[in-house]
Amino acid sequence: MLDFSPSLLFSPSDLMIKIHQFEAIVVGGGGAGLYAALALSQAKVQTAVLSKLYPTRSHTGAAQGGIGAALANKEEDRPEWHMFDTVKGSDYLADQDAVEILCKEAVTTVYELEHLGLPFNRTQDGRIDQRRFGGHTKEFGKGPVQRACFAADRTGHMILQTLYQQCIKNEVKFFDEFHVVDLIIEEQICRGVIAYSIETGELHIFHAKAVLFATGGSGRMFKITSNAHALTGDGMAIALRNKIPLEDMEFFQFHPTGIYKMGILLTEACRGEGGILRNKNGERFMERYAPNIKDLAPRDIVSRCIYLEVRDGRGIDGKDYVHLDLTHLGKEVIEKKLPDITDFVRTYMGLDPVKDLIPIQPTAHYSMGGIPTNVNAEVVWDEKNSVLKGFYAAGECACVSVHGGNRLGTNSLVDILVFGRRAGLSMAEYCKKTEFSPLPSNPQTKIQAQIEQFKSKSNGEKISTLRQELQETMMDLVGVFRTEAGLKKAQEKVRELKKRFQNISLSDKSQVFNSELLDALELGNLITLSLVTIASALAREESRGAHYREDYPKRNDQNWLKHTLATLSEIGVELKYKNVVIKNFQPQERKY
Amino acid sequence: MIKVHLKIQRYNPEKDSKPYFKDYAVECEPTDRVLDALLAIKGTLDGSLTLRKSCGHGVCGSDGMRINGRNMLACKVLIKNVSQPIVVEPLKGFKIVKDLVVDMKQFFEKYVAVKPYLINQETSPEKERLQSQKQQERFEDTTKCILCACCTTACPSFWSDPNYAGPASIVQAHRFIFDSRDQGGEERLNLLNQKEGVWRCRTIFNCVEACPRDINITKAIGEIKKDLLFKKI
Repeated sequence: MLDFSPSLLFSPSDLMIKIHQFEAIVVGGGGAGLYAALALSQAKVQTAVLSKLYPTRSHTGAAQGGIGAALANKEEDRPEWHMFDTVKGSDYLADQDAVEILCKEAVTTVYELEHLGLPFNRTQDGRIDQRRFGGHTKEFGKGPVQRACFAADRTGHMILQTLYQQCIKNEVKFFDEFHVVDLIIEEQICRGVIAYSIETGELHIFHAKAVLFATGGSGRMFKITSNAHALTGDGMAIALRNKIPLEDMEFFQFHPTGIYKMGILLTEACRGEGGILRNKNGERFMERYAPNIKDLAPRDIVSRCIYLEVRDGRGIDGKDYVHLDLTHLGKEVIEKKLPDITDFVRTYMGLDPVKDLIPIQPTAHYSMGGIPTNVNAEVVWDEKNSVLKGFYAAGECACVSVHGGNRLGTNSLVDILVFGRRAGLSMAEYCKKTEFSPLPSNPQTKIQAQIEQFKSKSNGEKISTLRQELQETMMDLVGVFRTEAGLKKAQEKVRELKKRFQNISLSDKSQVFNSELLDALELGNLITLSLVTIASALAREESRGAHYREDYPKRNDQNWLKHTLATLSEIGVELKYKNVVIKNFQPQERKY
Repeated sequence: MIKVHLKIQRYNPEKDSKPYFKDYAVECEPTDRVLDALLAIKGTLDGSLTLRKSCGHGVCGSDGMRINGRNMLACKVLIKNVSQPIVVEPLKGFKIVKDLVVDMKQFFEKYVAVKPYLINQETSPEKERLQSQKQQERFEDTTKCILCACCTTACPSFWSDPNYAGPASIVQAHRFIFDSRDQGGEERLNLLNQKEGVWRCRTIFNCVEACPRDINITKAIGEIKKDLLFKKI
């Protein structure tokens, strides 16, 4: 196996910095990162994966319901229908060239995953089983279709396991618990990353020809979230600090069915299998809002409807939640097709979905926005889609954009698989025709100083105080419903938090496994991303997909059918815009 | 909110010669997870308390630890369901890195050793390979493993012999040995037939009790033993 032993370099402060060299560095060990690493290793490119966790802890493993792919194993289906649904679901903000690739390659990718060993549920005749999911329809919206390929309600877990297994088989080199803290970019060429070894507290430089960020989302900026503690948007924030814009950050998805107060996800497959939402009167309220596909309307719509029911006094017991009703599905379907969520409901609520109604509320779930890329996962840094050489992004931290204003259920898994794989392939091609660009001297100086600053302060504010204030502000003012006044208030608050962040102090000053230092770095990233999200949301004076402005309740294609590009500068967030790629599907009113 | 009392094992290799226990009391809801209590301590009382965590709902396997003497995921046990003071220790049998964080390297080395990936030399068909529902159900239970190490570090056979492959890696081997699409069963059975393989298992069932994913681990190990006894190997 190709493994370069680290060389040593003396930095100004005489701390030894380890330097590694790999042709390709993949940051993040979730589905997108591992698929890229697998493709790279198959192409015989020297590759290392850096993850701040053990890769099998990545949040891909928490995805439950399925992978949307028009296999047509249960009924007639076509990639074109999947494309239409994705574009309509995105509220016409998705780039249709990318959506076409997504939906066509979904099919071959699912077969490839099966060949790699993924234990899909099977149909009677032994093929991959499929089920219904929100917003997925046949014949351009006529009715629900069975498109989601699944392994019980742990599809993401099986993807993560399968890809990790294959990476082990292909002897991919892993640096576990290495937290990436900066990119090395000089003269518009990415030359590597700087990472912090959590176990030893040392900084390492990874010199590379190509770097992929597959670092996941940023759901931890909200109080109620389905996201893991680790999802603090590190990759997106590092890109921003390196003058790379973030695209469409105002679009953040709230999943309708999070466990009340805890935010733990209960898959949309609950409704795909026939589950329904009920208000305090027991009414199936989605019939009123989406008469055609009812409870299987896309997530932005269902989440808003839940809030509206609560606002109109139809929440359960006058509180801010409604019920998910699975009781009519029967014990067998529930325990066989939804075993994990059954376990969650029993463990965390002490309820039995076979006979009890489940209290749910919308939970912050997915960042549609992210680091802008083209369909080959190359990062593009301006309105003209100019490529930043050697830097790639895929998965939730990226914005291709296939999700536009609102992502359809299952399409996150399709995204990480299709574009993770494409990232690996395009990086392999790039590595083969490119030499290493030299490293600048002491690229770690800035981050080293920041770490020292965190450690040297005492009697400052606590990280947890600031984090809690941030999460509450974002939840209350930048959630499902937004207004100018609310967003401005949030902006003021987060700016204040950014100032106070300079004054935090750590009680852990040690080198070994200093997770408090990590908390500080992560909080800094969340604050940065919140500012960008708020600024992007404040500017967009319309309602589209997950971005709903009560003061501008209609979609406005004339002024706003465009992607936001937000950059960070000394003076704050700067906004630019770029065109949406429209091909076969012209924007029309979105009804379900 | 109630006052929750915890007794947590602490160890900082840069300061302490050996681990020691420290008492804490924090405000929590009875329906909060033990993980929430630990994070409340870290957030408000002592930022140096060190543990791994990620998903917070029992699917990533980061926060396996001993809680009142039993291995569990701190995010999968509610405060109201455990007696106080809640005694929290790191998983037993691994080197302690710091506080509740243990060294997982050896654990993952044993995982890799059982060839935990599909082995199939045939050319793949254009579409999916067929597998009946029955064939899929044959190994479904062991696909649920999240590699949290709760089983291995609850196993007395592992405590007395750290070289024992341990239940977690056997579970991984089982997942492939009984997959109708896999052709590497024999290689894995040969590995597990060695001195440090399945025969170290004394069917104590600690692993089954510890598994947060409710995998019937002892049964899986038993099926491999049976295969070794009655098949051609």
